[in-house]
Amino acid sequence: MEKFQTLHSSAIPLPLENIDTDQIIPARFLKATTREGFGENLFRDWRCNADGTPKPNFVLNDARYNGQILLAGKNFGCGSSREHAAWALYDAGFRVVISSYFADIFRGNALNTGLLPLQVTDAELSSLFDLVEQDANTQFVVNLPEQTLHVPATDQVIHFDIDPYKKECLINGYDDIDFLVSQKQAIEAYEQRRTWAW
Amino acid sequence: MAKSLFDKIWDAHVVKTAPGGLDIVYIDRHLIHEVTSPQAFDELEARNLPLYRPNRILATADHNVPTRNQHLPIEEPLSRSQVDKLTANCEKYGVELYGLGHARQGIVHVIGPELGLTLPGATIVCGDSHTSTHGAFGAVAFGIGTSQVAQVMATQCLLLSRPKRMRITVDGELRRGVTAKDLILYIISQLGTGGATGYFVEYAGSAVRGLSMEGRMTVCNMSIEMGARGGLIAPDATTFAYVEGRAYAPKGIVWEQAVAYWKTLYSDDDTVFDAEHHFNARDIAPMITYGTNPGMGIALNGNIPSEVAASESESFDKSLAYMGFQRGESLLGKEINYVFIGSCTNSRIEDLRAVAAYVQGKQKAKHVEAIIVPGSKQVEQQAISEGLDKILAEAGFELREPGCSACLAMNEDKIPAGAYCVATSNRNFEGRQGPGSRTLLASPLVAAITAVQGRIVDITQYLN
Repeated sequence: MEKFQTLHSSAIPLPLENIDTDQIIPARFLKATTREGFGENLFRDWRCNADGTPKPNFVLNDARYNGQILLAGKNFGCGSSREHAAWALYDAGFRVVISSYFADIFRGNALNTGLLPLQVTDAELSSLFDLVEQDANTQFVVNLPEQTLHVPATDQVIHFDIDPYKKECLINGYDDIDFLVSQKQAIEAYEQRRTWAW
Repeated sequence: MAKSLFDKIWDAHVVKTAPGGLDIVYIDRHLIHEVTSPQAFDELEARNLPLYRPNRILATADHNVPTRNQHLPIEEPLSRSQVDKLTANCEKYGVELYGLGHARQGIVHVIGPELGLTLPGATIVCGDSHTSTHGAFGAVAFGIGTSQVAQVMATQCLLLSRPKRMRITVDGELRRGVTAKDLILYIISQLGTGGATGYFVEYAGSAVRGLSMEGRMTVCNMSIEMGARGGLIAPDATTFAYVEGRAYAPKGIVWEQAVAYWKTLYSDDDTVFDAEHHFNARDIAPMITYGTNPGMGIALNGNIPSEVAASESESFDKSLAYMGFQRGESLLGKEINYVFIGSCTNSRIEDLRAVAAYVQGKQKAKHVEAIIVPGSKQVEQQAISEGLDKILAEAGFELREPGCSACLAMNEDKIPAGAYCVATSNRNFEGRQGPGSRTLLASPLVAAITAVQGRIVDITQYLN
């Protein structure tokens, strides 16, 4: 996993609520057996017509907006557990998703992919959408060690929470599998002491 | 101190608490399928790690398999390659696979219970969000991402934060024509599609206790549709009767010991939950969804809401525009094009029996295409042995072979753009059943009646 410390970027706004993982990456694109290449079909049916031509009104096709931060309505990533949704966002260049809350499985998948799910309050999210609407080029600074989202233009600083262990993992590029494998002795001891494993 | 059912099971599976407070949780059963496992096997290979406990994993092919001519090679090359990769990985790592054509093949959440792999008190995971289904047996069961699939393969454990606990109590008797599917669609419509995010839900109350195991599975299956990490129901005599004698279930003295332990699995009287909701079963009517998330449900004879919160307005109108519906309107009389009966929510023998019982001696409407996809080979065989296949065929319903099928349309079972499909599955997301498809979620009974009538009706007027 790539390390994540700080990010300076503009943001792409998608002010819809309950964006599900079927929208992020439709099921028919889940047939690949590797992790790479899913970005090509990110938000495929919102981004493209049936014949593959771009839908001009969708924000990812709007030349005014770019950046490595996706700004999305609340309950982002609900539905299917497909980690491919996090891979698709990452593969398309996103490193941070900001929302006022994330579906549980998506949050975990994002963290395991090196994509930071940055949770703010509803009011903060609304103010961020306003900023980007006023100026598509508004810059944001995400500082993971400090757990802050800074908007230099307005000098607004938003503090965000993250599990301390997951924070260390992201900063150092570690993942759970390394940690769990290091716990083999404890796991074997647990298997020995269990009395009711059928 | 009083403990919830969830906490009793969780605590029994904590290997240790890691510095920082996350728990290392031992996983008893790991179910895998062709779509979310290949990258996990690759991860093991890349790190040169063995598969830690192959006997705790079971594999099946379900998500992208065809539902016709399963005895022939899969035509679609990408689907075939994914299923072939599963077969190769299972052979390489010594994992039991009930693949295409096997008498025990089927949707992963249908075969676990019917084989007796799903047991009370167990921890069960799968790279699929509807793993919550297994909670019906009083198990802690939940969906995971592919990175976590790899973690379980490598260590039989996951590193997890303990979720908050919610209890949803439904007391009273369900009205005629109201099923487990209506009960859960009603709950989700009340709490919303994100209403249980961060929680593990226990379902309780006399209406829940009164459900069959199939009904309980339908309820727990859709826990994820309100954002819950999982859902579970305390095991009881109904549970034990279902499990006893199944292929993988404990036998003899071990069975007696198991039941004695399982009887301790309930939430203690004084348990304090982080959130509680109470509903009255009499308030629940046959349900249908009108929008593009499972929380957008109404009683069949109700109206689409006219007003929503300002913050939700844009999403709500986008959803109605996609479905071709208006604020405030009734769905009664709307013509539908497809009926899909299947998925891990409603493809079990009880569901097929309910459909057959209604359609016996009737005909589906001419303009409706009605397909029934059984949840497993065993369900298919049971339906045939009971003669349901003939009843369904005479009524114009096509009984297919098992798989996830048009629930997520990874195979060729797709609903065309713009068409309306009443489906017994679990998600009505945009394009879920194929690009541009419009899904209305309902119970098998509502689906059967809709297929015969060819339009949405108040089913209470049409019950046999």
